[in-house]
Amino acid sequence: MHELAVTESILEIAVRHAQGKNVGRITDLYLVIGQWSSIVDDSVQFYWDIISDGTLAKGATLHFRRVLVVLTCQDCGNEYQPASEEFACPNCGGTHARVKTGEEFQLEAIDVED
Amino acid sequence: MSQRIPVVEKILSANDRLAAENQSSLDAANVFAINMMASPGAGKTSLIEQTLKGLEGHLRIAMINGDIATSFDADRAQAAGATAIQINTGGDCHLDAVMVQSALSQLDLGILDLLVIENVGNLVCPADFKLGTHKSVLVASIPEGDDKPYKYPGMYRGVNAVVINKIDLLPYVPFRMDFFKKGIEVLNPGVTQFELSCRTGEGLAGWLAWLEGQVKEFKGIHAK
Repeated sequence: MHELAVTESILEIAVRHAQGKNVGRITDLYLVIGQWSSIVDDSVQFYWDIISDGTLAKGATLHFRRVLVVLTCQDCGNEYQPASEEFACPNCGGTHARVKTGEEFQLEAIDVED
Repeated sequence: MSQRIPVVEKILSANDRLAAENQSSLDAANVFAINMMASPGAGKTSLIEQTLKGLEGHLRIAMINGDIATSFDADRAQAAGATAIQINTGGDCHLDAVMVQSALSQLDLGILDLLVIENVGNLVCPADFKLGTHKSVLVASIPEGDDKPYKYPGMYRGVNAVVINKIDLLPYVPFRMDFFKKGIEVLNPGVTQFELSCRTGEGLAGWLAWLEGQVKEFKGIHAK
């Protein structure tokens, strides 16, 4: 899995946004991860404890907000969560769907102190 | 004092930026590039061999091959007549834009029309890391089973074409083509699809014509 590369990227983004703002340390990071983004929280946490050592973000808490997949049916407008082996709309059977949520993969915000 | 700083940045944005640089280098050299992804054993290397054979004399092709270890696949491509650069990822499950950037620097882009990048065999991680290619192709295969679009939605969503390989095995394997395609239809409406067999050659002509058409269309737009 590629959680190490992902964790390094999270650290780089957080430190870059804290720089030049008189930040003593980064205390919290708020991550938004969609259900269809293939990331394992525990792995990120494991790498985080190692790679954040010696940085502004040492010891910071990672908060994961998981977002479920919601599809919008383009035929009838119904919003639904797809089943594991059935992605068609449960209302009209349509297969023209747009992904409304579930693909997020972002660092939303950080908390810092002087 | 504690305060919140809004960030709202995609986690892999650094890779995305490098991928954009790679694409600029390819555009400047007028080279069309594809990222070929699949699970191990789906037939990426076989399809590349057939593609090199089929387009010989039509297009000047090189390939970059990503593998966890060994250079078997690059050797096969070289034997089929292409310039091949091997990237051993040393355990990494995917290629990323940095690895591709360094491989690009080893190629003479000026003498190429098409660059085929063979990603590491894996249906999860390569989907997240852009490389800077113009199109991405997923090679699926009949023996993998018909449930793969449902299990790996991220991979099936992000590609420009799906090649379904090993159709010669359809009589021997329980594979519901309609179930498989219904999953793809929701994930990636209207995506270009090819059903073929690298072993028998059935259906290869359609794939080759599409790929050659893509390269010609690209070169028409980016002609100097």
